[in-house]
Amino acid sequence: MERCNRLVDVGRRQFLRGSAFAAAGAAAAVSLPVTPARAAPGLALVEYPSNRLANIADLKPNEPLDVGYPDDNAPGVLLKLGTRVEGGAGPDGDIVGFSTVCPHKGFPLNYNAEDRTLNCPGHYSRFDCEAGGLQIWGQATQNLPQYQLRVDKKGDIFAEGLDELIYGRLSNVL
Amino acid sequence: MAYKRQIDRLPIIPADAKVHNVVCHYCIVGCGYHAYTWDVNRQGGTAPDQNVFGVDLSQQQEAETPAWYSPSMYNIVKQDGKDVHIVIKPDTECVVNSGLGSIRGARMAEMSFSRARNTQLQRLTDPMVWRYGQMQPTSWDDALDLVARVTAAVIKEQGDDGVLVSAFDHGGAGGGYENTWGTGKLYFGAMKVKNIRIHNRPAYNSEVHATRDMGVGELNNCYEDAELADTIMVVGANPLETQTNYFLNHWIPNLRGTSTEKKNAELPDEPHEPARVIIVDPRRTVTVNVCEVEAGKDRVLHLAINSGTDLALFNALLTYIAEQGWTDREFIAASTNDFDKALAGNRTTLEQAAEITGLTVEQIKQAAAWIAEPKEGKRRRTMFAYEKGLIWGNDNYRTNGALVNLALATGNIGRPGGGCVRLGGHQEGYSRPSDAHVGRPAAYVDQLLIQGKGGVHHIWGCDHYKTTLNAHEFKRRYKERTDMVKDAMSSVPYGDRQATVDAIMGAIREGGLFSVDVDIIPTKIGQASHVWLPAATSGEMNLTSMNGERRMRLTERYMDPPGQSMPDCLIAARLANNLERVFREAGDTAVADQFKGFDWKSEEDAFMDGYHQHEKGGEFVTYARLRAMGTNGFQEPATGLETTGPVAAGTSTGEPGEVLGGPTIEGARGKEPVQEAAPTNAGAAPTPPAGSERIVGTKRLYADGKFNKEDGKAVFMETQWRGLQAAGKQAEKDKFAFLINNGRTNHVWQSAYLDQQNELVMDRWPYPFIEMHPADMEELSLKQGDLVEIYNDNGSTQAAVYPTPTAKRKETFMLFAYPTGVQGNVVSAGVNEFIIPNYKQTWANIRKISDAPESVKHLSFKSQEYPAT
Repeated sequence: MERCNRLVDVGRRQFLRGSAFAAAGAAAAVSLPVTPARAAPGLALVEYPSNRLANIADLKPNEPLDVGYPDDNAPGVLLKLGTRVEGGAGPDGDIVGFSTVCPHKGFPLNYNAEDRTLNCPGHYSRFDCEAGGLQIWGQATQNLPQYQLRVDKKGDIFAEGLDELIYGRLSNVL
Repeated sequence: MAYKRQIDRLPIIPADAKVHNVVCHYCIVGCGYHAYTWDVNRQGGTAPDQNVFGVDLSQQQEAETPAWYSPSMYNIVKQDGKDVHIVIKPDTECVVNSGLGSIRGARMAEMSFSRARNTQLQRLTDPMVWRYGQMQPTSWDDALDLVARVTAAVIKEQGDDGVLVSAFDHGGAGGGYENTWGTGKLYFGAMKVKNIRIHNRPAYNSEVHATRDMGVGELNNCYEDAELADTIMVVGANPLETQTNYFLNHWIPNLRGTSTEKKNAELPDEPHEPARVIIVDPRRTVTVNVCEVEAGKDRVLHLAINSGTDLALFNALLTYIAEQGWTDREFIAASTNDFDKALAGNRTTLEQAAEITGLTVEQIKQAAAWIAEPKEGKRRRTMFAYEKGLIWGNDNYRTNGALVNLALATGNIGRPGGGCVRLGGHQEGYSRPSDAHVGRPAAYVDQLLIQGKGGVHHIWGCDHYKTTLNAHEFKRRYKERTDMVKDAMSSVPYGDRQATVDAIMGAIREGGLFSVDVDIIPTKIGQASHVWLPAATSGEMNLTSMNGERRMRLTERYMDPPGQSMPDCLIAARLANNLERVFREAGDTAVADQFKGFDWKSEEDAFMDGYHQHEKGGEFVTYARLRAMGTNGFQEPATGLETTGPVAAGTSTGEPGEVLGGPTIEGARGKEPVQEAAPTNAGAAPTPPAGSERIVGTKRLYADGKFNKEDGKAVFMETQWRGLQAAGKQAEKDKFAFLINNGRTNHVWQSAYLDQQNELVMDRWPYPFIEMHPADMEELSLKQGDLVEIYNDNGSTQAAVYPTPTAKRKETFMLFAYPTGVQGNVVSAGVNEFIIPNYKQTWANIRKISDAPESVKHLSFKSQEYPAT
């Protein structure tokens, strides 16, 4: 998850000047499985991978854990909110995961622990992690893409889907 | 849970998709977009040669990429009768928005009529008439015949004064040069209607009479001036939410200091720093928040004045700046009259102003220094911007004048980094025959309707039930009068036209009112109407408008209008044709002849008949030329063509800072519509010239220091403070506990009529919010999201409580003009001397109705402010 941390560290002013995000994305150089073009019949939904992102033991209350889903070029966070929320996973119903690429113009969102929000330094949009990624205020025309999470008996947290389109890709799974 | 679309991919735009120029039709900024369309059974691919972007879409795209679009930018619509995919996405090459899309404009595709994807099915598809106790579809011929017969009968009995009209006067959707000309030629050319009002106010008047009377048109600068200013003073406006991409793309670079290079290049020989900002607003807005985040708190002065006291502040600033010797004496001498008179008449001490406004003397002094204190011997460049806080605030006329006084005294109009401008609501798009017969003050049309005057009411793209003052009483009386006509219509068979018209006229003689509503959706006021005529909107017709820096563009028709709907200009033309026929049948030949000249077949015919023939510089402007100029267009007024140069003697070549003058632009200085003396009922429109030469425009008005007065000199205005001006306001303030300040919010701005059927918006705002200080909530035992009643002697309405710690005690802020809770219900009928409403100074009491409804429970009530890091 080094790359994700670096994304956040780059800082908003630099992002506003150019294509740092592109460079960061390219630097990750993750090769993805390519779906055979003609072999499979067309499906109505993209095939989301079931990816283990972390174990509950890795999460500290109200501290974001940088993850990538459905691949490492799609930065996101896992959060243990400490209070049960609608759509929350895990035994306490308080674990949520979100894309951290702003659905407005693709800038990386910053987590504000004080009010549990993700905030965009590009154009000031704010998303509420305790309300399903609802845009509190902002420019995006969608609420924040949230992970569908499953927690197994060992406490491993798997992401298995998203509920909105991720910025910068016309298919959530590339 | 927050609303989610559950969309995991979108069709890719193929390389050969059709591309149309689009300007966002919602707000004044007019951001540039492109509409891409392609056949519904085809799609592009991820390989660079398979998509319109020429990039590898199997890779994650970077921030600010042009090669992505959100689900809200996609839809399936009809084009030439066939289903096509459509993507409407921001244009990175447009100088207005540089690829930025707002939360409103970036939903244009999703807000289009689509039977395939069930969006905006509220749109009207057929003319509808009151028949058998409800609205029923009919043909254009039938609906227009009914409207024409009733209208003609009313004119015969009451004259043109019996025809009451409410009509848009702006650009963008529900307006534009084509449609203002169509309606204008009908009511001001064929008829001489004087009982007419504009979409958002109860009379036919300018919202900014004062600045025009002083010789200063209100859209006098260019958006680049916000990048060049040393100081921006913004009054009663919240540009981050209501001129979003103007603010983000042109103000923010100056606040961050990233426009310094441009300043040095365009304005050498003077020192430059990042901008300072003075924000005059009783409420702390997200604009204040973001200015502080970007510029630093030490460069932002938020003057949170007592509501309605702007005038006292401006007079004190003028007085103090003059005392310090910071005025632009050369400019005042060369380009203005009456400075000394106004200075003496408006003299206000810092202490007096502090007492009235609630500010400190130090704050006012600091504002004066930021506005006018010379920077190393050079004149400080200050841009003044204002909107509804001033326009719909206390003592509109004088307050507007007082701000223009300040701009003139400091030499800040017509120069780079300056301007004294309204920020605007819709785009502009006014082209009409003279309205001189309307008079001044114009008739207070809402009061005429309430008092039982007139027989027929034609409504064009207006919804008084949502957007007028005194709305509670207005609705009560309007329903009463129109119900009389409905009952009369129900008493005879619809198919018996003579009996129907006779029954309607009988009801009108008893005080009834026949209501005709031309709109794209069934409106709230339409509930009372007897005929609905379905209009097309921007993109379903070709439409021209100009934005807040007078930038004129053509939105091309990229999809079919729903069902039988037509452009407003053609509806006006067909109504005129029918009135001509009815009058002729009745033997009133002379009256019938007044309705000649409406044989337009297309919106382009209306444009050529109107703007092209009648507006200053219009002779240079054609659809072909506008198409070629794309989303950047040109800045009005046009002065010539690039191939021939400016045509009129004395006009400029369009170079920055060049002296502008000459007959072509004299009349158009200041945006007031100027009509040539051509007859308005001329015949068919001429064939448009085919050329696509580039049009030369005008970057700034008054760059030559000559203003819109006979002697070319702007006039200072005496603007003495006189307290709360509108009748009854002070008593209301004394009687009720809470200020019900009101305005807009980012999700919904010039878009509510469509947003009321948009899931994203209605999920966030099922009810209008009312911001309240938590201590005030506690006193009333209110929790976040509770539904409350706001009530006073004018009426009552409802809103959901949004706890707002930054609010002042007893000062609330309610979302304006929202369909599920109309703030205008509690606004009094009090207006200024020119019938400008005063929405902002409203006081009422508040009580709980219920706990948060189900649709509110899942919402967030966290601060809307970006957290400072």
